[in-house]
Amino acid sequence: MATQTENIPFNAGDSLPPPAATTGVVGWVRQNLFSSPFNALLTLAALYLLWLTVPPALNWLIFDATFTGDTPEACAATTGACWSYVNARAGQIFFGFYPPDERWRILVALIILVAAFVPFFVRTFEAKLSYAVGLLIVYPIIAYILFAGGAFGLEAVPTRDWGGLFLTLVIAGVGITASLPLGILLALGRRSEMPVVRILCVTFIELVRGVPLITVLFMASVMLPLFLPPGVNFDKLLRALVGFSLFSAAYMAEVVRGGLQAMPKGQYEAASALGLSYWQSMGLIILPQALRMVIPGIVNTFIGLFKDTTLVIIIGLFDFLNATQSGTNDANWIGRSMEAYAFAAMIYWVFCFAMSRYSIHLENKLNRGRQH
Amino acid sequence: MAVQREATTGQMPTKPAPWNDPRIRSLFIQAVTIVVIVGFIAYIAHNTASNLARQGIAGGFDFLNYTAGFGISFSLIPYSEVSTYGNALLTGLLNTFLVAICGIVLATIVGFVVGLARLSSNFLVAKLAYAYVEMLRNIPLLLQLIFWYVVVLSALPTPRESLSFLDAFFLNNRGLTVPRPILEDGIGFLVVGVVIAIAAVVFMTRWAKRRRDATGQPFPTVLASLAVLVLVPIAAFLVSGAPLEFEIPTASRFRLDGGLNLVPEFVALLFGLSLYTGAFIAEIVRAGILSVGKGQVEAASALGLKPGQTSRLVVIPQALRVIVPPLTSQYLNLTKNSSLAVAIGYPDLVSVGGTVLNQTGQAIEVVTIWMIVYVSLSLLTSLFMNWYNRKIALVER
Repeated sequence: MATQTENIPFNAGDSLPPPAATTGVVGWVRQNLFSSPFNALLTLAALYLLWLTVPPALNWLIFDATFTGDTPEACAATTGACWSYVNARAGQIFFGFYPPDERWRILVALIILVAAFVPFFVRTFEAKLSYAVGLLIVYPIIAYILFAGGAFGLEAVPTRDWGGLFLTLVIAGVGITASLPLGILLALGRRSEMPVVRILCVTFIELVRGVPLITVLFMASVMLPLFLPPGVNFDKLLRALVGFSLFSAAYMAEVVRGGLQAMPKGQYEAASALGLSYWQSMGLIILPQALRMVIPGIVNTFIGLFKDTTLVIIIGLFDFLNATQSGTNDANWIGRSMEAYAFAAMIYWVFCFAMSRYSIHLENKLNRGRQH
Repeated sequence: MAVQREATTGQMPTKPAPWNDPRIRSLFIQAVTIVVIVGFIAYIAHNTASNLARQGIAGGFDFLNYTAGFGISFSLIPYSEVSTYGNALLTGLLNTFLVAICGIVLATIVGFVVGLARLSSNFLVAKLAYAYVEMLRNIPLLLQLIFWYVVVLSALPTPRESLSFLDAFFLNNRGLTVPRPILEDGIGFLVVGVVIAIAAVVFMTRWAKRRRDATGQPFPTVLASLAVLVLVPIAAFLVSGAPLEFEIPTASRFRLDGGLNLVPEFVALLFGLSLYTGAFIAEIVRAGILSVGKGQVEAASALGLKPGQTSRLVVIPQALRVIVPPLTSQYLNLTKNSSLAVAIGYPDLVSVGGTVLNQTGQAIEVVTIWMIVYVSLSLLTSLFMNWYNRKIALVER
């Protein structure tokens, strides 16, 4: 190669450098912001919009804001946000009315969860699937004992005291772990060759997907007690969880069905040619591939579910949003609702945005795998 | 089957044990399912009946004729505290429809504008649209609704200092006041005019397509349809003596007189729903347009089509194929999400139903009404979607 280039007579002085207006910063600005009069107009309008919104927002959020202290007096001189409100209410915002002396139990459960996830990132660890199934069975038991107490010398904490971000995460976590297997079963049922099973699943999915989540929650809170024999009393949180899981299972079922439909017929035929039973072929051949195909859809359902946890306010649970805004009714903090909503919005945003980025990352990773 | 097998193998196949015969096993599973479900329903029905009897609640829909005794802050039909529960629920249903229809129109506009902006070659505009989408769709709708209701609307000026638009629309912390339509006799002519115009457009579109298929002559269908749709009803309107008037709200010293006042709850719900759903529609629009291959556009310009023709005849029809099905489910989502009205006190079907449920204890009946309304809406939507899909599906040979 080197010898070849030497053979070609080349004089750098012959050609002119590209015009300055098409390279570097100037070129970029020209091409992306001022390529036509209309585009220039759009750019100016966008700049004006940014100037109208961004500086005041930043001033209020950061530069003029008070971050220290936890009393209303700390903000006496501020024109910006009073984050002292969040400091003052942090306990309730994160834990609800969970007894302060027992809050370490929630943190311990969180640490166990994080530690339990480490093996998933160890590349040499082979038995990930069986480990995941085991975790799915064992962890909820550990977490329940830690949260509710009443055993092993832990003080009992009734679920009506659960609240804040903790409660939101419990609802989302239970919803997610219950809705995925339930949704898979419903999706398989919908494609079953047994008419009775198929009709049942189709009816359930279409009925639940057709109504708003609020009516499902109303049903869970008002009608479930009617369905049970007198004297049997269901915990309010448990009722909400049942409604929630059934609702998201119906949505999950449709996502999974998409994956099942996208599987080539040959895969089903190959599985039965191997002599696998229905459950073997589903569990070993079809579902692993189908689920992998619809991971983005599954994560999207999770995001929707996480946002929908806010609706439990309507049946009176003290979730993160409720805990954050309820303090603004306090006479000392009147007029601080802006801070409350801004803080809640930021937390929800971080969770949902992280999940959606993760889903895009997975999608790219899987696509890369399929390309070669 | 059995005979054939006998002939080829020459010996009777061993009859499988009953629990290994797939047909028998499937029948058995289905029978067990039916028994379990029927038993479960019977158990629930028994419990419900005895619970209701204990609480002294009579089943049935008779309660719809009883006096409701509670007020509703916003109503499209005459409603007062002496109206019946049936009237209250009807009021709620109409309120749901009103906010859903207005929301669908607004969200579509927002969604298309933002979706196209995300594809803009202008860096700033594309990034702003991206920020809009990522911000709005990652924050719970309920939080956004409460934000609009509590923070934004209460920061608006008092009725005295309303923000006004064209001196006919007034926005203040009591809501939005718009001209109130007053229907007079002869409004039927307008309806007839609209029906005639629609029929004419359908007929003309068919004729134009036949002619184009036969002769290759294009016909400005879109322009002509618009003209017919606008001119014919206007003609009917004028012929029948202009039977529609608007009562324009007027600002006096302390308040607004006349006009139709849309309560703050309605405005907050409408804003929240349309901006939130708009973010999702924007993504659908973007994906739809991106799904049309670049080669299509190049082929169109190679054939000599102008840019406008390219997008109207080549890009948009193919993009719509991808856009319409998810768009329809967003419309459905918006309608269902309008039930969050209960959190900010807009009297929609769920909110009014909740009050009725609390007052009468008729949980089963009220939930049944909710179910019937929302499920039939979604069935209608999926019927429409299937019809539209069949109509525009790619015909492959």
